[in-house]
Amino acid sequence: MTTRNAGTHGSVGPNDEVMPYSDDETDDELDVSTDEEEEPVPGAPPPPVEIRPSEVGWKVKANDRAYHHLPEFDKKVFLCFKKSRYSGNVIKTYKYNVFTFLPLNLYEQFKRVANIYFLALLILQCIPAITTLPWYTTLIPLVVVLGVTAVKDLVDDLARHRMDKEINNRKCEVLLDGRFQESKWRHIEVGDVIRLKKNDFIPADMLWTCCCYRAQTQTACAMWKQRSLMGEYYCIFLLKKQKQMLLCVLLILVAAGLAIGHSFWYEEVGSNAWYLYDGREDSTSYRGFLSFWGYLIVLNTMVPISLYVSVEVIRLGQSKFINWDLQMYYAEKDTPAKARTTTLNEQLGQIEYIFSDKTGTLTQNIMQFKKCTIAGHSYGDPTTAEGVRLDRGKPVDWSWNRDADKKFQFMDNSLVACLRSKKDKEAMDFFRLLSLCHTVMVESKEGELVYQAASPDEGALVTAARNFGFVFLSRTQDTITIREMEQEKTYEMLALLDFNSDRKRMSIILKFPDGRIRLYCKGADTVIYQRLSPNSKHRESTQSALDKFANETLRTLCLCYKDISSSEYEAWSRKHMDAQVTMVNREAALDQVYEMIEKNLMLIGATAIEDKLQEGVPETIAKLAKADIKIWVLTGDKKETAENIGFSCSLLTEDMHLHYGEDVNEKLSLRQAKRRREPPTESRGKKKPAEPFFPEPGKNALIITGGWLNEILYEKKKKRRRLRLRRLGKRPPPTNPQDGQPMNEWEKEMRQIDFVDMACECESVICCRVTPKQKANVVSLVKKYKKAVTLSIGDGANDVNMIKTADIGVGISGQEGMQAVMSSDFAFAQFRYLQRLLLVHGRWSYIRMCKFLRFFFFKNFAFTLVHFWYSFFSGYSAQVAYEDWFITLYNLFYSSLPVLLVGLLDQDVNDRLSLKFPKLYLPGQQGLLFNYKNFFISLFHGIFVSLIIFFIPYGAFLQTMGQDGEAPSDYQSFAVVTASSLIFTVNLQISLDTSYWTFVNCFAVLGSIAIYFGIMFDLHSAGIHVIFPRHFTFTGAAANALRQPYLWLTIILTVGISLLPVICIQFLHKIIFPSIGDKIQRNRKRYELEMQQEARKRAPAFQRGLRSRRSGYAFSHSRGFAELIASGRSIRRRPLSRIGHHSSIREVSERAENI
Amino acid sequence: MVKEENESPNRPDNTAFTQQRLPAWQPMLSAGIVIPGFVLIGLAFIGIGVALLITSRNIQVLELDYTGTEQNSPCFQCSDPDQQDCVCTLQFSINSLFEGPVFFYYGLSNYFQNYRRYGVSRDDGQLYGDLSYFKEPYDQCEPYRFDRNKRPIVPCGSVANCIAVYTFRLFQIVNGQQKEVPLDGKGIAWWTDYNIKFRNPTVTPLRNAFNSTAKPLFWPRPAYELDPSDPANNGFINQDFLVWMRRAALPDFRKLYRRITEGDYANGLPAGNYSLEIAYNYPVLSFSGRKMVVFSNVSWMGGKNEFLGIAYLVIGTLCVVMSVVMLIVYAKFKFPEED
Repeated sequence: MTTRNAGTHGSVGPNDEVMPYSDDETDDELDVSTDEEEEPVPGAPPPPVEIRPSEVGWKVKANDRAYHHLPEFDKKVFLCFKKSRYSGNVIKTYKYNVFTFLPLNLYEQFKRVANIYFLALLILQCIPAITTLPWYTTLIPLVVVLGVTAVKDLVDDLARHRMDKEINNRKCEVLLDGRFQESKWRHIEVGDVIRLKKNDFIPADMLWTCCCYRAQTQTACAMWKQRSLMGEYYCIFLLKKQKQMLLCVLLILVAAGLAIGHSFWYEEVGSNAWYLYDGREDSTSYRGFLSFWGYLIVLNTMVPISLYVSVEVIRLGQSKFINWDLQMYYAEKDTPAKARTTTLNEQLGQIEYIFSDKTGTLTQNIMQFKKCTIAGHSYGDPTTAEGVRLDRGKPVDWSWNRDADKKFQFMDNSLVACLRSKKDKEAMDFFRLLSLCHTVMVESKEGELVYQAASPDEGALVTAARNFGFVFLSRTQDTITIREMEQEKTYEMLALLDFNSDRKRMSIILKFPDGRIRLYCKGADTVIYQRLSPNSKHRESTQSALDKFANETLRTLCLCYKDISSSEYEAWSRKHMDAQVTMVNREAALDQVYEMIEKNLMLIGATAIEDKLQEGVPETIAKLAKADIKIWVLTGDKKETAENIGFSCSLLTEDMHLHYGEDVNEKLSLRQAKRRREPPTESRGKKKPAEPFFPEPGKNALIITGGWLNEILYEKKKKRRRLRLRRLGKRPPPTNPQDGQPMNEWEKEMRQIDFVDMACECESVICCRVTPKQKANVVSLVKKYKKAVTLSIGDGANDVNMIKTADIGVGISGQEGMQAVMSSDFAFAQFRYLQRLLLVHGRWSYIRMCKFLRFFFFKNFAFTLVHFWYSFFSGYSAQVAYEDWFITLYNLFYSSLPVLLVGLLDQDVNDRLSLKFPKLYLPGQQGLLFNYKNFFISLFHGIFVSLIIFFIPYGAFLQTMGQDGEAPSDYQSFAVVTASSLIFTVNLQISLDTSYWTFVNCFAVLGSIAIYFGIMFDLHSAGIHVIFPRHFTFTGAAANALRQPYLWLTIILTVGISLLPVICIQFLHKIIFPSIGDKIQRNRKRYELEMQQEARKRAPAFQRGLRSRRSGYAFSHSRGFAELIASGRSIRRRPLSRIGHHSSIREVSERAENI
Repeated sequence: MVKEENESPNRPDNTAFTQQRLPAWQPMLSAGIVIPGFVLIGLAFIGIGVALLITSRNIQVLELDYTGTEQNSPCFQCSDPDQQDCVCTLQFSINSLFEGPVFFYYGLSNYFQNYRRYGVSRDDGQLYGDLSYFKEPYDQCEPYRFDRNKRPIVPCGSVANCIAVYTFRLFQIVNGQQKEVPLDGKGIAWWTDYNIKFRNPTVTPLRNAFNSTAKPLFWPRPAYELDPSDPANNGFINQDFLVWMRRAALPDFRKLYRRITEGDYANGLPAGNYSLEIAYNYPVLSFSGRKMVVFSNVSWMGGKNEFLGIAYLVIGTLCVVMSVVMLIVYAKFKFPEED
């Protein structure tokens, strides 16, 4: 098979059935001959050549602690201090201890540009020549911000301390003094031999001593840490960053302008004013220079310190809301949703592409034996031709079988009857095969048999056999014991021909108790049918049953047998032995030997396993599609299976035109040929709007296999091909420049762009037979060329790459291991929660964050620019328009809480309406709520309000006097009036912007205003002046100003003019250009009533393709436990301890090079 | 259905807060609120505007510029900076009773008391009467911190140093005779300034507190001798000093000089001719400033200022107009029933 593949590969086109290449292989790795993988069995004498550790690396002696303390393993750390090169097994994920917390945490915090910026500002404020605001205006907010962050870090670190302690104190058994003793994990040393039991966590990087794989297992913690660090570096709200840069530029320009103004003013006016004499002989330009820095300090509140901390608080809050959501909590497994990174929430509201795994994500990955066909008879679907359910189609009662798994259900009593009568030899053979031909491990737990299967499919099959009376009891290295209809029988296992992705079948050669030798084989239909004997019966009937099963999206598998004469076996056995000891290309040699015996097979029948769709998957996909989110399914499954799943989960619909690899390749090649003909200058220049790939109207869908994907994207591994050919003793074919290979990198890139463009024209895309690496490649292609926010969702180790590549990774915490969850940003138990995550939480987070940012910028523009207007009347002297303390506290107390609460709690429409109208999601994708337009609107709004806040009091103060004739137009009263107007304006403005008024919001708005007045009256009180006469100089200002009705009228007018135009414009805008959200909001009450009345959703009809789609057995990508079984090491005493997910084994073996 | 607590320890709490179902009011800017609201606000603003405007119109103000830049100005002679102790007399007449109480202000224009560096050049610790600051004045008082002999200046800083010390005498000319109008200088500063913010050191006699300090360079007399006529009106709680030390917000400002509340003038200044004797001593020509005196009476809204009244009227009218516009737009864009 391998030979054939290698021979045909490339010349005909990729084989849809073949996985392109294995997961983690890279060209570099391929250079290393795999034959070096041999591992000295622990305890065996070390190789005779003494190698110095410093040159070569690590040298380990099993079960010899003293050896590793030898001085040769020490390395110099500092002067004469030496440390063992072998570190201990203590896990340390925490960052700080008691002594290092303060310095390290401050160091970490000051690594942020923002904090450095504010520190620099603080230093500027300490320079007497330029200080325009006292030091505390920056120091107090900075200390608060640093303090809040430090507390958060401290809490995080305490949690890590706790976790480390728990892990380090876990118990395990270590071989010491000749016997296994319990020890804590942290006491494990290099070279220790450890005994693990089933379900034990793996305490360290270890060698797998009971098989020849070298296992290096990364602990979950390490991975978690890696991911969370990555999360930190996603600075993700890119637009926001750019806007902050813009703000800084604006700040510098304004400050520079005012500084120039100051120079001119001083030249014209200031230098002539004797009362302004300050004893300095500075030139006017130098004064301007100082004024520039002064204004930089005054205007820095445009980018306030509290922004960062507020954003973090809001993100944390959104994450908590995700964690708390009961509607994303899976009660069956007691799994709540988990936001593992807090920085990505608002991006959840902007997703354009979802990349989903299939098995375990869309489906439950719980395999159930549903139907079968035995010798041409189909069982399990007992309906008449008219679809009437027959009598025998009731759940089978298993009480006759004491070994039966009670959870197993089968809907056809006739099969049981048929078996129990023991008449039907083929049915007996069918289940005998299922109970014998597998690599499942068994152990007995409290009298119950528990099976450990490499893939859920195998487990389902063996369990089915068990219920039908063929109970797999135990296995040794070369025997298998089953209970066949109450009769215990032991079969001698002569050979186990394991599964791999090329073979797509597995066989077992058994010696029956009566001496017969028989080969049992199960495998994918395509593979089996090629190898059937011409005498084999039931071909057509089985074929039609297979088609039927496949149409119902069942995973099918053909079963067959072959009787072998002992002479034939002897001959083959010798060849087998030879192949087993081959040093070069053992696998290929074995494959060839297997091929010899696996022919002329006799078909028994076929099984059909259901991989049930998860609940609500079609609805979720339909809903997400309505929200203009494109969903790509990337799966390792077969094309047919994937396609059928696509139909059943409404990803594909009957009105779609499906395009396959050949089709796509042709279109792309045409496009490329056209480009080649065009003069290069034109095509390289400004891109014309690309013409569509599918000019015909109608929906399109792309179904493409991994092989074609490589072909199309020129990702073919030439080196591997060469290598494989060399291994097989063939020369690589002469390279032909016309065979579709790219001429240069640019062409490759254009090809990729074309492919992405084409795929994005389609409603949905299914990539099947793709490796984890390809999954990640597809994601990165879309990310790169579409500049869109992408989300990957998956559940298994093979999805880790794509989860990490996408902007947002979602892990399904379900059947397979924890790898996907560990590398994800969000994790929950069911695919259907995705719609709530995106359409509700994502949308809300995005809207809240945008609203928050827009308002935050507005309120600080309105606040800061008043200084700018005041400059024109104060000689550009960087005189501030408010009291210093007001400036210090404005962002902390007076205006931040209401907007923070809007950022946390606001809902324009509730969750039910968000889900009912997926179109509400569109503004997020288009980034409509916070872009340059909105930013400038905020800016102009702020400028407008600052103008009003300055010029209305200015007009009112001009040449007037107080009620009692006393000094009326003094600076302090002016500052109180502007500040009060500002506080009223921003708090009422956020009230207008709040669409979800809870009592907390109400409390916050009123509270902010109350706090403002409370603090102001305190700071203006006699008492505080008595204590700090130099720092609190506004004594009595508030009381004096605010008892004048004239100033209250000024404040009211200011606030009125600031708010009324905004209300008017918003009202008109909502009437003339209503957004979707506005419309729904307007009819909110009606919709809610409708939804209440609406009956519960009816179950959607199971959609099935009308065309015949062949399904096939989708084997997992990796081999089973055969090698373990054959080696026999683990079996003799008791079944091997839990091996973890099979895919981790291979992952591990490849990492072994690093040890 | 409901699982026991211990069965599902990870189950999130089902509270209104965690499930984001807090009871809330979701107001909309509906036409029913906005349009009547604008009408009401508009009418209210028009009402306030009318009241403010009428009040402001009823306030009498008399402003007399005596800078002396013009040839025909009585103070033209005095505006020469070389002149010392120049006194000029301003003649004016009042046609009808200037209702009392009349407030007598001095005004300066183009004078930047709000200049930042000028404004911070003071030591509120000193002014609070804290003797420790007498020895070591605030460094922001530079260049008016120490005199040439390194003696600390008290009160230090630009604001105090550049005080405008005026002496005005107002006479009514009755039958050719000058009849002095009594001016009341008490209580012209803020109560809080006089009683809390500014304080003399508790040393008697007051002059002892100022031992080994220097008077501000531009002052003719030290702080404890500011008002020779009233010993209680000296030091930092001198009323004129207090008024000056309260910085103006804008470069054109007036400060209260005296009230006219006593004797024959308790009801105001009767119609007639008046002369104002001005001790001209504060040069403003170098920075093109203007000097003036202002007589004014006040109302509940304070002094005369028509800006606020007019602004209220304009905004009120605009509100009413916009409510009509919004009504028209609303009627035109009657939203179709959408799905």
